Amino acid sequence: MLTLQYIPHTELQNMESEDKIRKLLNLVKSDRILLVEGRLKPSEETALIERTMEMIDKKFKGIEIGTIYAEKKNIQPYELLKKQFLQFLGYREGITIIGPASIVKEIKRDPNKIELLTRDSKRRKK
Amino acid sequence: MIKRIKEAISSFFANIFNTKKHIRLGLYGPPNGGKSTLANKITKDWLGEEMSSVSRIPHETREIHQKEKVTIKAGSKKLTFNLIDTPGIATKIDYEDFMKFKMNAKDAKERAKEATKGVIEAIRWLDNMDAVVIVLDSTKNPYSQVNITILGNLAARNIPVLIAANKIDLRKSDVNKIQSAFPQYKVLGISAERGDNIEDFYKSLFKVVK
Repeated sequence: MLTLQYIPHTELQNMESEDKIRKLLNLVKSDRILLVEGRLKPSEETALIERTMEMIDKKFKGIEIGTIYAEKKNIQPYELLKKQFLQFLGYREGITIIGPASIVKEIKRDPNKIELLTRDSKRRKK
Repeated sequence: MIKRIKEAISSFFANIFNTKKHIRLGLYGPPNGGKSTLANKITKDWLGEEMSSVSRIPHETREIHQKEKVTIKAGSKKLTFNLIDTPGIATKIDYEDFMKFKMNAKDAKERAKEATKGVIEAIRWLDNMDAVVIVLDSTKNPYSQVNITILGNLAARNIPVLIAANKIDLRKSDVNKIQSAFPQYKVLGISAERGDNIEDFYKSLFKVVK
């Protein structure tokens, strides 16, 4: 059985980056697939990878992560200002999926759909 | 004070002779994209020697390799840089994946441990780069989070980027797909192994490193 957990933006928006990453990784390590509203900042994404690498051991093999969001090409100046203001408040656009690599084999984005491929349960029990 | 004067004089003469000061050019990307093959091609072409070992087993490069003072030329222009070959950035490392390449468990676990440290080191070196070539396997789907994360971090740091869509000699290669995934970046199809389009690659480096 797979457990999907939705994390609304409001749950993370006031957290420090390190706390946010710790919370996400603790949930992923308890075998949950997270559907996070919005995106992490680029610096948070690299910090998430760094923390993940530090945690890898015999049981925890890492994470699979994928984001999807609408990218408008020809943005009007007022839309750009609005976007930058919203980014200042936090990357709320789109959705981020994070799951343990022991369960999620691959997250494919191509580019407007996202596919989540899971490992078979026999391998997961190893 | 004397050091500053020396630097000013050196910079003055570098400008006169159309050369740039040594910049740090990093090769970044996911594992097995061909970073080390490209690093070897560059150093072989301009220094006559290779700098990294390559393997079909992922995470062959598990620590930063640096080659200082690589000078490339195009016409009357010269560009000198320190070339930095970095470990592939990944979000997961499973030692069992290495055992599929007939590696024993002990070696596979050791490789995995070193690989995790390599990923961390590669990320930490992002701050030290003056320009970056992202090396992607053009036969693979470019929409991976690792690619997006690296590019997002380089953009946040205002570091100039060139995307090398490697392995164009392979049938499944699709450079257009990479270009449409990252339309805001210059994407150049190359084969680091065979040297296809490598002259254009060298010319593009002059444009990226302004």
